[in-house]
Amino acid sequence: MSSVKTYVRPMAGWWRRNPFFVRYMIREASAPLFYLYALWLVAGIVALSLGPSIYAAWWTVAQYPLMIVLNLVILVFAVYHTWTWFSVLPKTTPDIDVAPGTLIGAGIVAAIVACLALFAFAWGVTR
Amino acid sequence: MAETLRTIEIECLRFNPESDTAPSYQTYSVPFTDDMSVLQGLQYIKDELDGSLSFRWSCRMAICGSCGSMINGVPQLSCHTFLRDYHPGKLRIEPLNHFPILRDLAIDQTDFVRNKLPAVKPYIIPKESQALAQGEFLQTPREMHKYYHYSECINCLLCYAACPQYGLDSKFIGPAAIALMQRYNADSRDAGRAQRMDLANSDHGVWGCTLVGYCSEVCPKGVDPAHAVNQNKVASTLDYFLRFLRPNGDRR
Repeated sequence: MSSVKTYVRPMAGWWRRNPFFVRYMIREASAPLFYLYALWLVAGIVALSLGPSIYAAWWTVAQYPLMIVLNLVILVFAVYHTWTWFSVLPKTTPDIDVAPGTLIGAGIVAAIVACLALFAFAWGVTR
Repeated sequence: MAETLRTIEIECLRFNPESDTAPSYQTYSVPFTDDMSVLQGLQYIKDELDGSLSFRWSCRMAICGSCGSMINGVPQLSCHTFLRDYHPGKLRIEPLNHFPILRDLAIDQTDFVRNKLPAVKPYIIPKESQALAQGEFLQTPREMHKYYHYSECINCLLCYAACPQYGLDSKFIGPAAIALMQRYNADSRDAGRAQRMDLANSDHGVWGCTLVGYCSEVCPKGVDPAHAVNQNKVASTLDYFLRFLRPNGDRR
């Protein structure tokens, strides 16, 4: 390295300085919410396996207004997370001659179709 | 038709290593015409207002990669950015982020030039050397297409200024170096991939990237370093698992 005196700027608060980094941090920070949501669903399955009364208790908690609000908040972040991850899809594929916009669009359409299929399946099973 | 002359405020970061302990900002009023770049604004300051302002530049046409700076917080080539796009607002010009400041807008590029760039062996390593009399190494347009856009890198370092991972840990080999690694790995005339993979797989290699993706946004030459880095994550993963299948294991 050079022996000249230099000044190194601090990195504290780096992600708040640029809207691009704020969007990146929201994408990354939203991931633990899905982990918690998955744990909550696993708790429901465990409750189901332990008997009707325990499952009824889980179901009662699941219907609390606070839980419904949390579900909606997580849904918003899930949509944002899906959108932003498919937006970086062209950066992770091998070198292929497909326009980045086409790749992103295909990913988002696939996600919507998968959600609708799962919803239709769940609807059909529970009717 | 006479060009209309307008005035814009340019705020420059100033740092004199001989007298300052920390940088400060100095504002200049610069008259400009519609065709003036930010670099020309800086040149006006140096020529007409304050000869002590230090900054780097050379070609004035976005190919030498010398004049990169933070313009209103965004890494850009100052010759490739126009004053008219910021008027009537102010303009704040700072040295490229994440690099030590030598003086005013000039950064210390030693880390990239001396450490990062040579480490990726940015040259063709042929499988077998070939005498000049045997002619050139041939390549089809399709083979050239695989690496050509990576070869457009001008080492301007905007991508390092856009990479928070490099800012947080300067040992990370970084976007441009990995783009150049990919440029040579993808070249049909090159056989140096195995030599470069040790660095790609290392703690400071491709896994230092968390796919922020801003490097590709700011690249003035369309190199797409984020794509190069993430393709090498796949290559690094394959390299790791395939060695269990090779008869000689880790030995190449």
